[in-house]
Amino acid sequence: MLISDTIAAIATAVGEAGIAVIRVSGPEAIPEVDRIFKSRIKLSDAESHTVHYGHIINPQTKEEVEEVLVTVMRAPRSFTMENVVEVSVHGGVISVTRVMGILLQQNIRLAEPGEFTKRAFLNGRIDLSQAEAVIDLIRSKSDRAFSIALKQVKGDLSQQIKKQRFTLIETMAHIEVNIDYPEHDVDSLTSSFIKDKCSEVMEGITKLLKTAEEGKILREGITTAIIGRPNVGKSSLLNTLAHDNKAIVTDIPGTTRDVIEEFVTINNIPLKLLDTAGIRETLDIVEKIGVERSKNAVNEADLILLVFDASQPLHEDELVLMEQIRGRQCIVIMNKIDLPSMIDMDIVKRYFNEESIVRMSVKAQEGIDALENAISQLFFSGNLESNDLTYVSNVRHIALLNKAKQSLQDAYDAADQFIPIDMIQIDVRLAWEQLGEIIGDTAGDSLLDQIFSQFCLGK
Amino acid sequence: MSYAGGDYDVIVIGAGHAGVEAALASARMGCRTLMITINLDMVAFMPCNPSIGGPAKGHVVREIDALGGEMGRNIDRTFIQMRMLNTAKGPAVHALRAQADKFSYQHTMKETMEKEPNLTMRQGMVEELIVEDGHCVGVITKTGTEYRGKSIVLTTGTYLRGKVIMGELAYESGPNNQQPSIKLAENLREHGFDLVRFKTGTPPRVHRDTIDFSKTEIQPGDSKPKFFSYETVSSTNTNDQLPCWLTYTSVDTQQIITENLHRAPMFSGIIEGTGPRYCPSIEDKIVRFSDKPRHQIFLEPEGRNTAEYYVQGLSTSMPEDVQLAMLRSIPGLEKVEMMRNGYAIEYDAMVPTQLYPSLETKKMPGLFTAGQINGTSGYEEAAGQGVMAGINAARKVQGKEPIVLNRSQGYIGVLIDDLVTKGTNEPYRLLTSRAEYRLLLRHDNADLRLTPIGHEIGLIKDDRYERFLTKKNTVELEIERLSVEKAKPKEVNALLEQSDSTQIQDGTNMLMLLRRPEVSYSVIEQLAPSPYELTDEMKEQVEIQIKYAGYIEKQLIHVERLQKMEKKKIPDTIEYSEIHGLAIEARQKLANIRPISIGQASRISGVTPADISVLLVYLEHYNRVTAARG
Repeated sequence: MLISDTIAAIATAVGEAGIAVIRVSGPEAIPEVDRIFKSRIKLSDAESHTVHYGHIINPQTKEEVEEVLVTVMRAPRSFTMENVVEVSVHGGVISVTRVMGILLQQNIRLAEPGEFTKRAFLNGRIDLSQAEAVIDLIRSKSDRAFSIALKQVKGDLSQQIKKQRFTLIETMAHIEVNIDYPEHDVDSLTSSFIKDKCSEVMEGITKLLKTAEEGKILREGITTAIIGRPNVGKSSLLNTLAHDNKAIVTDIPGTTRDVIEEFVTINNIPLKLLDTAGIRETLDIVEKIGVERSKNAVNEADLILLVFDASQPLHEDELVLMEQIRGRQCIVIMNKIDLPSMIDMDIVKRYFNEESIVRMSVKAQEGIDALENAISQLFFSGNLESNDLTYVSNVRHIALLNKAKQSLQDAYDAADQFIPIDMIQIDVRLAWEQLGEIIGDTAGDSLLDQIFSQFCLGK
Repeated sequence: MSYAGGDYDVIVIGAGHAGVEAALASARMGCRTLMITINLDMVAFMPCNPSIGGPAKGHVVREIDALGGEMGRNIDRTFIQMRMLNTAKGPAVHALRAQADKFSYQHTMKETMEKEPNLTMRQGMVEELIVEDGHCVGVITKTGTEYRGKSIVLTTGTYLRGKVIMGELAYESGPNNQQPSIKLAENLREHGFDLVRFKTGTPPRVHRDTIDFSKTEIQPGDSKPKFFSYETVSSTNTNDQLPCWLTYTSVDTQQIITENLHRAPMFSGIIEGTGPRYCPSIEDKIVRFSDKPRHQIFLEPEGRNTAEYYVQGLSTSMPEDVQLAMLRSIPGLEKVEMMRNGYAIEYDAMVPTQLYPSLETKKMPGLFTAGQINGTSGYEEAAGQGVMAGINAARKVQGKEPIVLNRSQGYIGVLIDDLVTKGTNEPYRLLTSRAEYRLLLRHDNADLRLTPIGHEIGLIKDDRYERFLTKKNTVELEIERLSVEKAKPKEVNALLEQSDSTQIQDGTNMLMLLRRPEVSYSVIEQLAPSPYELTDEMKEQVEIQIKYAGYIEKQLIHVERLQKMEKKKIPDTIEYSEIHGLAIEARQKLANIRPISIGQASRISGVTPADISVLLVYLEHYNRVTAARG
């Protein structure tokens, strides 16, 4: 982390209707955005506090990517008292992701949690009395980001990155031994050896990028679990929501999870719906598996839709479920209101207040609007936080993968021109660090460990 | 009974490579300086390899010289071989390495010290620190002499509770059978310092006339050697160099070691100290890299007037009889006569995180430590710390701020920052890979990095500084000239054709031409002679600065940004326990290390970016409140 580099973050809640705003702050904010902004005016010539129409372009292909409005605010007349550029893009996940992705491939990094506020404070914009509040904000946001990051590094991506980094660190150790122990009888390094290693890792990164780009949209949105006993109408609800609304993607082939995922936007809010039982209900021992799956889905959800069959009395399992999700963001759905009510509402109301209960009949297509409104309400009231950290970190991963690939290309080209190995090493090391940033590991000490375990050195 | 031995500004304890630099720096900065050592015959002694320099280490020697230290000058006067290593690689890792006449090195250094007006040399064993109000104000020797000083510099090397080990044998001793320093180690513990036990070792020495050199490969020095000191112009040693010789261990060596492993103290458990990974003993190497068929052995002369040869690569603490058998299993050494056996030595060292970056201890103002006592290994690492400790001990006496080199200014900065910020759990050796900005920390530009500092603090005299400024200005003028002078395609292309180079277009300037890998400054000189008078050293500088400008620029930008964090100072009065919002681990580590800047704080392991943010906000608050109070 540096205190005076240029940073960016999405300033509006993800999925909010209309527009999304990306804020860029730092000494180089204006020239960095200028590089990817096509308009009649150069931002570096623009006066402070003016808005400019134009397009964000892909700097490699010069292709127009998004239509945007860009606001320039020069230091010190901005929130952070640094140079600030705000890019307004069309609302929705796709536009904002694309623009953010391009920004992060410039000399701009994703802001740390609370960093804009921190800079505003450090630059004297925020009153002294707010210091504690600023610290609390940094702490809480960082802790949350940390727990999300932890979740992410456990996956397949992290395994793949570790593999690539291992190839790099072996190569680096080899280079270092040649430099620090010039008389030692290790294999001398040829430029073709370095080129081969760079190519190998670049190929690996290209594969990773492909997966990441494809998976980009899939993994984003508010994770919403639909839970409840078998036959209360969960799957019908899922299908209704998916068909009534614009489904971005349906199903993920080859998923290993026992859950079906549907991606929908409801009033422009991206939701990732998890149907916790789905197709397997008919194949397996219904009761047991239904409850087990619900448990898992509940744990990872941002929002829970708990479905009851209002025409049946409360079941023991349902009491367990209610207990289990106490205190979580939840909407209770009383389904099958077209049938005579048998459910004991008094017990349900011990767990949930009236506002979070929606009465509907999925079969009769009644009350769907009420459910959608309830979800919007929760979201826009700020009670339901879109998990935008997960969502943005994916963009960040892609940007870092691209940067690492570029560094390796630089190393490759340098080796091709017979540039000395200690300089080639600068870019190899950079690539290793950039990959490390994705999985939160940039400790330099491991290079020394590698050198001494790989080579026999001594006096 | 004790008696008063005198009052000094600075007292340096120890006369190894750290001690001599500290004492000379302090005396030359105008402080009345006393240097006390157990045996005055051991001044600047090399207890291990008879060589100085190599990657990173050689860079440090250049830095010491650029600051006004002695090591560079001294080795230039006493080398028996000089070689530039890594010449096929980039200029940043070119590394000068000298074989020393180790006896001449000592005598020359001692003579220099004896001539130094402000410096008093005394033989004596320091056993106790004199501490008043928590400040270190002097020392007491075994003979009862009390010396008083305003700053005290401890450079005890491997002498603190030194213990020599070889096979089944272990006895208290300093290096080379010197007296160890036992009571001082106890005294430091009593004052509450944390000490750790480290281990190092040395190989046997053999008699030249019993080596069959025909079975080895010759390793000569450079015919036109460069020198360590910016002051050295030429040397009579140049035409009188001695070669080293290369041979290898054999299958028999491996077998002898394997059969006797049970007698190796490393494996029998006699050694408790932590040894360095980068300098394992031969028995260690054979165990850890059992698939490696042979290991290199360099035979290095220890001086001109001695027949002793140092057997590099065979560091060992095996019993004496096994050592002899091992030696005789090596081609060329079949009939060798061993003159001194190899041994391992254990010693006490300070946990270096107890130091400020000035090398003053946090616990006891006035007490500085430098060299192996801080957990390092190597003559150059010791000397680098010695010169800094001497400078800062003197500046404390003079009431001035300490000089702290940062990681982009020199390997000395990297070394000290690593020690005081991260500590070390094995004897610390410098490697070029420890530096983030290797390309900026070059052998060739140590003067550009550090001589202005050396001059400012009074270690570099005016005439040398004038010469330095002339060099710097001429290089700048020449680069400026090349950036405006256009190359004429007609003339140039004819020349380029000869070297299979791409032709140039109109408007190309000389600077762009010189950036091409295949074009050297000598070509440019031919095409467009300089109006300035450039020495070879200046030409080299022009070429490097232009050729690698792209990479250099990249690192400079990064350094500039980091500088802002180094410049954010943390007042020593800060109470970390009062900063809510810091994670518990960060709070403990920060309170322990007490970093002097946000930059240093950010390098402490376990302190996260979020903790640094919290600290920044707290500092801002603290500063605004302090400012408001006036």
